[in-house]
Amino acid sequence: MTAATTGRRPAVSLPMWQGGGTRMGFFTDSSICIGCKACEVACKEWNGVPDIDTGFTGNSYDNTSALGANSWRHVAFVERPRPDTGDGVQWLMNSDVCKHCTRAACLDVCPTGAIFRSEFGTVVVQDDICNGCGYCVVACPFGVLERREEPDGRAFKCTLCYDRLEVGDEPACAKACPTQSIQFGPLEELRERAEKRLEEVKREPRFAGARLYGESKDDGVGGFGAFFLLLDEPEVYGLPPKPVYRRTDLALLWGAASVAASVLTLGVMGSLRWRRR
Amino acid sequence: MGSNMAECHPVAFQWIVEAQGKGGKLIHVDPRFTRTSAMANLHIPIRAGSDIAFLGGLVHYILEQERYFRDYMVAYTNAATIIDERFLDTEDLDGFFSGWNEESGTYDTSSWQYQGGVIHASAGERGAPRPSGDGVTIEGAPPHSDPTLEHPHCVFQLLRRHYARYTPEMVERVCGVSQQKFLEAAETICDNSNRERTTAFVYAVGWTQHTVGVQFIRTGAIIQLLLGNMGRTGGGVMALRGHANIQGATDIATLFDVLPGYIQVPTAKDSPDLKQFCLDQGGAAGGYWGNLEAYLVSLLKAYWGDRATPDNQFGFDYLHRVTGDHSTYQSTLGMVDGSVKGFVVLGENPAVGSAHGGLHRKALRSLDWLVVRDLYEIETASFWYDSPETQSGEVRAEDIATEVFFMPAAANAEKSGSFTNTQRLLQWHDQAVEPRGDCRSDLSFTYYLGVKIREKLAASTEARDRALLDLTWDYPLDPKSGEPSAEAVLREISGRGPDGKLLAGFGALRADGSTSSGCWIYCGAFADDQNLPNRKRPGQEQSWVAPEWGWAWPLNRRVLYNRASADPEGKPWSERKRFVYWDEAQGKWVGPDVPDFPGDRRPDYQPPPGATAEAALSGDRPFIMQADGVGWLFAPSGVVDGPFPTHYEPHESPVRNPLYEQEHNPARQIFRRRDNPYNPTAGEPGSERFPFVMTTYRLTEHHTAGGMSRFLSRLSQLQPEMFCEVSPELAQERGLRPGGWATIITERTQIEARVLVTARVSALRLGDRVVHQVGLPYHWGSRGLSRGDSANDLFPLVLDPNVHIQETKAATCDIQPGRRPRAASR
Repeated sequence: MTAATTGRRPAVSLPMWQGGGTRMGFFTDSSICIGCKACEVACKEWNGVPDIDTGFTGNSYDNTSALGANSWRHVAFVERPRPDTGDGVQWLMNSDVCKHCTRAACLDVCPTGAIFRSEFGTVVVQDDICNGCGYCVVACPFGVLERREEPDGRAFKCTLCYDRLEVGDEPACAKACPTQSIQFGPLEELRERAEKRLEEVKREPRFAGARLYGESKDDGVGGFGAFFLLLDEPEVYGLPPKPVYRRTDLALLWGAASVAASVLTLGVMGSLRWRRR
Repeated sequence: MGSNMAECHPVAFQWIVEAQGKGGKLIHVDPRFTRTSAMANLHIPIRAGSDIAFLGGLVHYILEQERYFRDYMVAYTNAATIIDERFLDTEDLDGFFSGWNEESGTYDTSSWQYQGGVIHASAGERGAPRPSGDGVTIEGAPPHSDPTLEHPHCVFQLLRRHYARYTPEMVERVCGVSQQKFLEAAETICDNSNRERTTAFVYAVGWTQHTVGVQFIRTGAIIQLLLGNMGRTGGGVMALRGHANIQGATDIATLFDVLPGYIQVPTAKDSPDLKQFCLDQGGAAGGYWGNLEAYLVSLLKAYWGDRATPDNQFGFDYLHRVTGDHSTYQSTLGMVDGSVKGFVVLGENPAVGSAHGGLHRKALRSLDWLVVRDLYEIETASFWYDSPETQSGEVRAEDIATEVFFMPAAANAEKSGSFTNTQRLLQWHDQAVEPRGDCRSDLSFTYYLGVKIREKLAASTEARDRALLDLTWDYPLDPKSGEPSAEAVLREISGRGPDGKLLAGFGALRADGSTSSGCWIYCGAFADDQNLPNRKRPGQEQSWVAPEWGWAWPLNRRVLYNRASADPEGKPWSERKRFVYWDEAQGKWVGPDVPDFPGDRRPDYQPPPGATAEAALSGDRPFIMQADGVGWLFAPSGVVDGPFPTHYEPHESPVRNPLYEQEHNPARQIFRRRDNPYNPTAGEPGSERFPFVMTTYRLTEHHTAGGMSRFLSRLSQLQPEMFCEVSPELAQERGLRPGGWATIITERTQIEARVLVTARVSALRLGDRVVHQVGLPYHWGSRGLSRGDSANDLFPLVLDPNVHIQETKAATCDIQPGRRPRAASR
């Protein structure tokens, strides 16, 4: 057993992000998630996130349902037949969170500058600057960002506990996690740990489908600052298999829109010209 | 087994996860596939209430496949002991042991005794207290034994015969567990139980809340003794307690018949002479109960200080005398019947958390007065205006005469004190904030209640008031808040010597009145005037046993019976499992833990004639609390419903007992009365109306009866409504819609719940029939942010005869789609 999996949590010191400084992040190891939701509660308590009222969903033990403005950690529960033997049940749990993408479309589309990249390499929304335009909501490939309807529609998401990081503490969810399924630390170190952990997990036949999700710098968003060890394909957990940096699309959309607008303008002008005639 | 550790003890479960990372295997035997099962290497679904058949199957497998740890078993258990030839087994009497008295509904245990010597056993009359020693008193010659284990009446042979029919086929038929899964578990456990490896059993109320609850645990103990897993690191039978300090509450005695440190409360029938009482209670026996008089006198000195003198037997006559069964449920019935007039409830919510909530609320309505201390106005306090009965119109608030005093309680962060956890570890916590408003700690409440009562009695000359007036009641108070010092209480519990100095341990306690200790097993918690439970040295900075984190009773010992970690000669069973062992050169026992016996006691020590207490045990006897120093495969005393665990059906069961003609535990406590109707059980007319098994449990998101979770939005939103868990097959059979409503029905009442259809609850095949189970979390009630019907309202009062615990882990029910009838028709 390496310290990576369940060894006692080392003290975290936070080097400053100064253009190429140490990037901090999460490694969420779903193979040891017990679905206790302590992360959800700790996050809400620390960050003052409003309550939600989904009622009883009937969907396993998931009454939070999704990440959103009022749920910055969300434990997904997946019940299905055991894939290796087909006999009995497998119950997967994974604590989902904002991915703090390397190429963060939300940040790039934000027109007010409310979303910024912190000195820790994390992506943070400043709620006193956000004007609630909602561009980030459509830009996010994971559906993380959401506008909080009450009182004024500004967007909220995980800050990776920016305020705690600033004083050298670890994020509330990682601190509360009893099994260290949520690990916080320098991203490079977490990636190394995750590789080793994956080898261990895959030795067990029922976890043959285990994989890392979002650790690669070559994926559509340039890798996650908060990546995962999953026990099966991301779709099983309701995560997009190939997340796309959607600003590319947006740029195309904007391009298309501007073409359309030009055409329209020309058309209008033409019509005016025609009318003048 | 009988535990959902990942959900109910998630913080402790981190160590299981860590053990798995080191290659440990986790087997979870449970009616449902829970969050614990999700983490397990093997999950075995089992019919609720059939655990003895499963565990008995393991005993059978261990014996027949000769997988027992022979050297350990012969030396450290009573396997070789020969039992009275009058003893007859359930195999002989079709479900009864010898000594059954049909009229009294109890066993005469005299035929269960050891052959040879003179053996007194005080177990007997149901409801009557048992000896503190929990054991036999052996006088004269040692009992007969046969180390070859061939004598037909030796324990080993009796055990083999008792479990001869608990075959894998029988396990399948009784429990619904496939033979292949059962054998996989059996092999895994046996492969991990030997000189090099150990296996631990972990249980919680899934084992205890049955009419055979004590016997569930006994079966686990038998397996661990056969496999040599007791007294060794990584072994044991571990009870997970339901609340942070339940262990502490048990140690310092919440039960009606137990004094602090598991000393029996004297009964009206016991000798009024202190010395004689102690002798009768095991004081003449070998083992540490032999010092009972020193423990009891020290307790009396802690209670009554200078007023406890040799002339008044140290206040022994001040102690109350038990006159019968005054356990929780008997007291509840006493309220209903008018013999119990007042009730003080601290940290409990019986209107939701106890079996047959309707009967509890009826009991509350019958009281003259009720005091409830809690964080919120829980159902036990609101029963008179907000309960299922008031909602239905069955009762009206204006007709209820009970005077209710609701006292706001301080939460754990608002007071200092210690928690004793499941591993006997005391951990101190300091107050973080002052309690708000009128909230006060339970300590403060109890202290000032005592002050007020003593003020009122101050002028009394009545002899009956001496016990209260002579109490030492002089705790230092915080000058600002008036809060009594919790540390001073722990000092008093820990104990003082003649010079007033704090004692190092219970070995220093004396019967002459020169020492005091409020709980002998806690003696030394405050040694050298240091709050040892408050030690918080990180694990990495000390030995792997971490003796400087908190303090474990007794004597900061981390593994009980650790003499068994070495062989009879004192050598470790293996290098890998080396723990406490004899160092001949130093002439003492060494290792990272505190030895569980005198540290210089040679392994070859033989007691001189006339030796008593621990000196009466030879140097190779690890089970130091037993009169004979060995682990009991066969319990000649101390268990009122049989020396061997036997599979009986729950009081309400959809199937007949496949093993014996006798269906149920004959010694169980039954209350046949109109307000406690039972569902007809299998074989009785009408039983087809209740075809399903129901069981209750907790969820991570809520805490027991909800007082600490249903009133908090963060937790309530995670599990916002009462629900039931049913298999897809049952949902189809009964037309239950996912997310819809269902009504669960018993003879007591009907409750409604939202429907969670899940393959995690599987239909079990028992022979030619399929049994469905209905899962019911029991957190909900009519109060709080998250409200719903109470699962416990469905259950009857029917109890284990040893400890009077209710059977809420297995009963029968029906389930129908839709909501329950409203208003008066309920």
